[in-house]
Amino acid sequence: MRINVTVNGRQYSSDVEPRMLLVHYLRDVLGLTGTHIGCETGVCGACTVLLNGEAVKSCMLFAVQVDGQEITTIEGISQDGQLHPVQQGFWEKHGLQCGYCTPGMILASIQLLKRNPNPTEEEIRHALVGNLCRCTGYQQIVEAVQWAAQKMRGEI
Amino acid sequence: MFPAPFEYYAPKTLQEALSLLAQHGENAKVLAGGQSLVPLMKLRLSTPAVIIDLNGIAELRYIREEGNYVAIGAMARHYDLETSDLLKRLCPILPECASHIGDVQVRNRGTIGGSLAHADPAADYPAAVLACEGEIKVVDTDGKERVIKATDFFVDLFTTALQPNEIITEIRIPAFAPKTGSAYLKMEQLASGYALCGVAAIVSLDDSVIQDVRVGITGVAPKAYRATGVENALKGQAFNPKTIEQASELAADGINPLEDIHADAEYRAHLAKVLTKRALLKAIERAKV
Repeated sequence: MRINVTVNGRQYSSDVEPRMLLVHYLRDVLGLTGTHIGCETGVCGACTVLLNGEAVKSCMLFAVQVDGQEITTIEGISQDGQLHPVQQGFWEKHGLQCGYCTPGMILASIQLLKRNPNPTEEEIRHALVGNLCRCTGYQQIVEAVQWAAQKMRGEI
Repeated sequence: MFPAPFEYYAPKTLQEALSLLAQHGENAKVLAGGQSLVPLMKLRLSTPAVIIDLNGIAELRYIREEGNYVAIGAMARHYDLETSDLLKRLCPILPECASHIGDVQVRNRGTIGGSLAHADPAADYPAAVLACEGEIKVVDTDGKERVIKATDFFVDLFTTALQPNEIITEIRIPAFAPKTGSAYLKMEQLASGYALCGVAAIVSLDDSVIQDVRVGITGVAPKAYRATGVENALKGQAFNPKTIEQASELAADGINPLEDIHADAEYRAHLAKVLTKRALLKAIERAKV
């Protein structure tokens, strides 16, 4: 099937099988390998992308379902060579070790801060329930999101 | 993991979806939010030849007041319910219940119609929809509509009263009576977020007398159920914590609880009793405000 998708502001037109998952489309067809495949069962959140601005797991959607829609991946959030504030937060607060979960963590955090610019620690943890990290124990991830929230509110 | 091949259709209207369903019959599977169906297809536990995707049907995504009930379009996302001011005002147990489902990503995508049609024994909504005495409106491929009471809708494990030629269009939730409080409490399996036990309690008070009480329980039995033993023991009684505790002991009466590696039958029955007690107490506290 022919689909037309906007990914990170760029238009793509591709022929895909209906059964192709969005995550495979992004990685294998478009070459955007920043979106990771973790559990493949909808639990780990490594494949999180934004669909029309909302965080979704790209292993639980078919590419044909995003025909005519907008996707944002980790590759599309920095602007003019400047890291997104959430990326900066993960840098500043060492919110990662191996980095495997990081793209998903960052996109889920962007979703959170869009809906709630001033989240409590508990709200941050609740918002990241769908993203698993096996390295950090989450503490620095929470601190990274707190840092980003402050940055985005202009307090840093 | 790759699903088996299928033909894909993305109708823009309900009418179009029904025509496709009529054309493809039992070879077709209707796709809503896909947060259960897509994983099942990847595991090839489900291998439909045809997928009819409802996500493009804008007319099925709404939450609005109609007379004395709230009408929720089948394609309303969990996030829509979680954040609906109308529901928070008229049936607050539904937003509370929706906020417990899966995680943010799942709630952005999953739908109430899809969840009810799937009838997972550990899904959250069935408990709340049963306790609310909600109704499920469906339409068949001839355009004939019927409205099914929640108590008649859930038939068995992953089995509902929905026929293969029918699509859920709307969920109707009666507005709460005055002086009514509610609570949804859940003990979840941590990795999946599914309920080992979830209890939805709704209590209407008159002074301190329990005028009406409804308890829906999910995760414990092959299908969500009303804890009628608990309800009958409390109706018309003056509220006191001891009465609540005694009545809650009946929460798994006549139920043959599920068993799996996460929880045995005894534990599930125990959870049903404890969470029923806590949910009732919380609902009563809220009814007093």
